Amino acid sequence: MDATISFLAAAIVAGTPLLFATLGEIITEKVGNLNLGVEGMMLMGAIIGFKTALVTHSPIIALLTSMLAGAAGALIYAVLTVSFRANQVVTGLTLTTFGTGFAGFLGQNLVGQVVPATVKSFFRPFAFPGLSKIPVLGEIFFQQDIFVYLSYLSVFIVGVYLYKTSFGLNVRAVGENPGAADVASINTTFYKYFHILLGGALCGLGGAYLSLVYIPVWQNNVTAGRGWIAVALVIFAIWNPYKAVIGSYLFGGLDIIGFRIQDTSFPVSMYFLDMLPYIVTVVILVVISFRKSKENAPPQGLGNPYFREER
Amino acid sequence: MSYIAMKGITKIFGDVVANDNINLQVEAGEIHALLGENGAGKSTLVNMLSGIYSPDSGSIFIRDQEVKLTSPRAALELGIGMIHQHFKLVEIMTAQENIMLGQKNGIFLNKKAHAAKIKALSERFQLGVDPDKKVYDMSVGEKQTLEILKVLYRGADILILDEPTAVLTPQETEKLFKIVKKMKEEGCAVIFITHKMNEVMAIADRITVLRKGKTIQTLDKTTTSPKELAELMVGHPLDLSIDRVQVPQGEVTLQVKNINAKNVEGIEVLRNISFHIRSGEILGIAGIAGSGQKELCEAIAGLFPLESGDILFNNESLVGKSPREIITCGITMSFVPEDRLGMGLVASMDIVDNMILKSYQNDKGLFIDRKKAAEKAKKIVKKLDISTPGIHHPIRQLSGGNIQKVLLGRELDSDPKLLITAYPVRGLDINVSYKIYDLINEEKEKGVAILFVGEDLDVLLELCDRIMVLCNGEVTGIIDAAKTTKDELGLMMAGEKKQYLEGTEIV
Repeated sequence: MDATISFLAAAIVAGTPLLFATLGEIITEKVGNLNLGVEGMMLMGAIIGFKTALVTHSPIIALLTSMLAGAAGALIYAVLTVSFRANQVVTGLTLTTFGTGFAGFLGQNLVGQVVPATVKSFFRPFAFPGLSKIPVLGEIFFQQDIFVYLSYLSVFIVGVYLYKTSFGLNVRAVGENPGAADVASINTTFYKYFHILLGGALCGLGGAYLSLVYIPVWQNNVTAGRGWIAVALVIFAIWNPYKAVIGSYLFGGLDIIGFRIQDTSFPVSMYFLDMLPYIVTVVILVVISFRKSKENAPPQGLGNPYFREER
Repeated sequence: MSYIAMKGITKIFGDVVANDNINLQVEAGEIHALLGENGAGKSTLVNMLSGIYSPDSGSIFIRDQEVKLTSPRAALELGIGMIHQHFKLVEIMTAQENIMLGQKNGIFLNKKAHAAKIKALSERFQLGVDPDKKVYDMSVGEKQTLEILKVLYRGADILILDEPTAVLTPQETEKLFKIVKKMKEEGCAVIFITHKMNEVMAIADRITVLRKGKTIQTLDKTTTSPKELAELMVGHPLDLSIDRVQVPQGEVTLQVKNINAKNVEGIEVLRNISFHIRSGEILGIAGIAGSGQKELCEAIAGLFPLESGDILFNNESLVGKSPREIITCGITMSFVPEDRLGMGLVASMDIVDNMILKSYQNDKGLFIDRKKAAEKAKKIVKKLDISTPGIHHPIRQLSGGNIQKVLLGRELDSDPKLLITAYPVRGLDINVSYKIYDLINEEKEKGVAILFVGEDLDVLLELCDRIMVLCNGEVTGIIDAAKTTKDELGLMMAGEKKQYLEGTEIV
């Protein structure tokens, strides 16, 4: 029982960077932009957050700069795809390549360096007052670090924002049918920019969680493909921030199951376990593509540039 | 002074002068029809009034104030609402959510506050919109009504309708006209774009005719006639009657026997349908949209599975044959869907490649013979008078009418014995429509059996030999076109009357 609880609690930790990135990509795709630069933006957030932590020893400033870094990456993407109507897929891929190089370059002399103690202690898990007393669930969900609590809050805020506010209604309209949003006097360009940047900032946070908390030692390519899993998780979650939680923690669990099983004498190859998240991603994507429903479909305008005077 | 005045408007797209020094004046409480053929510049003109395009030169006055309409928002603030040909609705949202889009709602959605206002407006203009219905569940007519409600909700008192009836059934059109008249009574100004003469005569007060990007004339309905309007529109004298060519009828080409079919949802879409067509005969099909026309056409072409029944072509059963085999028999089908895109042509390909699409399998060897197809394309362009920069131009960039001509041209080129054509003139202007009727008559004279699915009852009555009426997937009548009336057809379309021509059932 204890082993299960500790496994689930660890799955949440492993799933948190995925959750931030997935939320970010959901927001981006909700305004109709497919940004495949998640991996790049996460890496930008990871290195900038790490470097800021080294220099300032301030966890708060590190978080803010990591968000700015992710948003800066997203800004490149937004300018190219929204203003210049470049192909979204190619631009996103380029952003990933750029972010990888950016992090590798800035981090070349930092490999092996450790996060400062002040920052480390700031992100130490603590029992959330009150809620941690709930049996089992409290131990799994509320014995975590402040960053994880922040992710719970983000899910809630994004959910309320998208489904309960008039801005959220407008966001969904922009992603579904920018032409309809435009004639409804919604500023589609502003909405696209704002949410692409917001999405980038969340991806940056996801990266910072990796470099500051999950693996508090700088290493190259710290994201190790998590950005791509986040892109797939958006589909898994059918663009719903609440369902993103399930997907992120499921994949967080798959991510760490290798280490856990190694400890037991269960006869399974380590390499097979490393493959698991990717195999499950493929299987889930196939299953989801069979589920045809108008409600669960991607935003209709996803991937298409919008230009008012097109004819 | 006028409610709306557009003076000396010019708009140029690349090399094309879409609007050349156009003038338009509309009064409050007036229904003003903007009449012109495809490409006359009607849509361009009103798009400038609704803030989608900005004019290259000229000025716009609203209530005697000169205005710059830089965005749809700016136009709407001045009370100008536009109903686009392609609806600007978010499919996955409800009617009410679509109405609330972009409104200043406060931070959180307050559905109740809006619901009351929506209900009041809906009642005042007798729109009958269900605010909780999802747009993807709505019929075309309902979507259009929702669009109207949307702009009224935003306080529009100048309403622009861009070819609103192109996609409506006669009943839906009736309802739309009622709404438009109601708006006129309430003091709104309505600009109604169309190229259908009977609609202009039915509701417009004044008519401005555009031709090739220029204003030709503004006329009063009471002092003009459909003939005069049509001639102004096309620029030369015109004969508005369609000939029913008399051809000696031959053998029974197609015989459909008691076919039944269900769609994917398991709903019966074709119920016990039987009819026949002889060579040299045009059988028209009338019916409210979605009464089974599409399924029937597809069933004959081998694209829709039958539950039971038989289809005989020259006494040979088509059931179980592949679409390709059916084409080789000499049956062609062209179906122009409501949105006029898709169905048989690839938009990004040029005319030549679209020709090859249907014929490549007849070629021998590994490679495609483009030369032959290019000749065919040239022939069709010439014969059907298709305006295109060249046969190697992507058809996406042609106008809707020209795309339809390519489609029909290709189908006719294969020398069919049975021609199935559904809505061939959908959205086309007069000139092209008549050209297409002529083509169909030409085929009839050659002895081709023709199944013509149409929406304009006047055309069906004039062009066809017999008319079969479908209602809910059932045949409610097969009658002699020369001996029936529109009212009679209307009753059959609604399923309230059944009548069969004697000798129709030769089973």
